[in-house]
Amino acid sequence: MRVIMDYFVNLGRKVIAALEKTGRGHMLFVKMVAGFDEILRRPSLLIRQLFYIGVLSVLLISLSGFFVGMVLGLQGFYTLSQFGAEASLGVMVAASLVRELGPVVTALLFAGRAGSALTAEIGLMKATEQLSGLEMMAVNPVRRVLTPRMFGGIVSMPLLAAMFSMFGVLGGWFVGVGLLGVDDGTYWSQMQGKIDLHEDIYNGVIKSVVFGVVCTWIALFEGFDSTPTSEGLSRATTRTVVHSAFAILGLDFILTAMMFGE
Amino acid sequence: MSVQDETPLVKIRNLHFSRGNKVIFDGVDMDIPRRKVTAIMGPSGTGKTTLLKLIGGQLRPEQGTVEVDGEDIHSLNTKALYKLRMRMGMLFQSGALLTDISVFENVAYPLREHTDLSSSMLRKLVLMKLEAVGLRGARDMMPSELSGGMARRVALARAIALDPMMIMYDEPFTGQDPISMGVLVKLIRSLNDAAHISSIVVSHDVQETLEIADQVFVISNGKVVESGSPNELAVSKLDWTQQFVKGLPDGPVPFHYPADDLNEDLLNS
Ligand SMILES: Nc1ncnc2c1ncn2[C@@H]1O[C@H](COP(=O)(O)OP(=O)(O)OP(=O)(O)O)[C@@H](O)[C@H]1O
Ligand SMILES: [Mg+2]
Repeated sequence: MRVIMDYFVNLGRKVIAALEKTGRGHMLFVKMVAGFDEILRRPSLLIRQLFYIGVLSVLLISLSGFFVGMVLGLQGFYTLSQFGAEASLGVMVAASLVRELGPVVTALLFAGRAGSALTAEIGLMKATEQLSGLEMMAVNPVRRVLTPRMFGGIVSMPLLAAMFSMFGVLGGWFVGVGLLGVDDGTYWSQMQGKIDLHEDIYNGVIKSVVFGVVCTWIALFEGFDSTPTSEGLSRATTRTVVHSAFAILGLDFILTAMMFGE
Repeated sequence: MSVQDETPLVKIRNLHFSRGNKVIFDGVDMDIPRRKVTAIMGPSGTGKTTLLKLIGGQLRPEQGTVEVDGEDIHSLNTKALYKLRMRMGMLFQSGALLTDISVFENVAYPLREHTDLSSSMLRKLVLMKLEAVGLRGARDMMPSELSGGMARRVALARAIALDPMMIMYDEPFTGQDPISMGVLVKLIRSLNDAAHISSIVVSHDVQETLEIADQVFVISNGKVVESGSPNELAVSKLDWTQQFVKGLPDGPVPFHYPADDLNEDLLNS
């Protein structure tokens, strides 16, 4: 009896703690977004973050994009050639990248690279009382420290995803046209003809904006809410990557169903 | 002096605060006077840092009020709170310097934030503040290159950058060598007397603290156990104060955090 009671008491505690955490997360989100005017007043804050979050991820994203594109080129060629449809390789590669792989893989890489770094940075600033220090200097740490990072992430993600897709298309071209002998002109013209600005490109951009919001939000919140110890920080960093991955894949399904469902 | 000047700088009434199940403050009353060095002493873990955070409005009490310069800090809106904080300096136990900018930029930070000084004025002011703590030569160093004691002194320069009405020092003496300790004691005194910056010093370094304090509060177990001038405390009748002031290992203050009986604990393993 006792054991069962304890079980439910513990379960209840966990549920309440989880709900509280969700609440804190949403409050923080509202505060971060409400700090938008801080960026208008000091654009340099945002530019700095665009560099750290965005520019420093460019090499990783473009290389990964190129490799993924090469694999798509290989796999696509193998499948399509069974139906004599190699000419459609360009469309297949581009559609997979722009609709799915671009936003999703970029977001996963982003969570691993920029997200974990953001969590560690904010968590360490909290542990070393830098955030408290700002508050006592009458500077709001959410607006000053978190808001620029939030928008830096939101702006960077679609740009990185576009870059990923672009290098992916080049990777597919390199394998398909360069190595496997697909006609150069068909590769591009089919792609140009069949990829729809609205259906494919806009929807891909919407996805990556959503992922940008969610990944950066998770990363910043985990850092801000972390227990200020080395263990707490390492857990928070892990949670950032794991939660981001789940959120990205789950949301991708929902968004895809909404966009291409009808 | 006007009447305003004689009201306490910080007025704490019936302060209650706990962390989880642990009661940290259980009805604390305190009047911290203006233009004096007030020391708050107590053993490690009694909540001295917590008290400073309550005064700075970073934590909310469960009950009771904290008035700073006549304003109830926990009922102010954000704007008014930040305005008041510009007149409160705080020296954190760890320094709390921003690690991604240099010493110079750290001290310049609050000035850039809250004033429109020209860059040559700003430079002069920052160098003067750094000179006051003896670290003008370290202006181009990064916080990670400083020792703990140096970092604390840079943080002090930053805390006085806006010429606040008060400074809260959290353990200013730990990690200082005897020379910089002496300099620091003098500095706190002269900031207090010449610049009229009221000082609240939180510490368990009994000798140094008694040396500079005008008024001392001793806290333990969530209450103020004694208050008065250093001389009054030195001849205190309370065993508790005697033990703390003289640093005796045995007495009413237990060295151990509350725990079960040692033998039982060991046998139960
Ligand atoms: N973030 C926190 N969460 C939970 N408990 C805390 C937290 N911060 C402090 N405490 C607890 O509050 C009590 C008071 O802490 P505080 O830091 O104010 O002590 P202190 O008097 O400044 O000690 P010291 O002299 O060692 O700096 C401690 O017992 C500590 O365990
Ligand atoms: Mg402390």
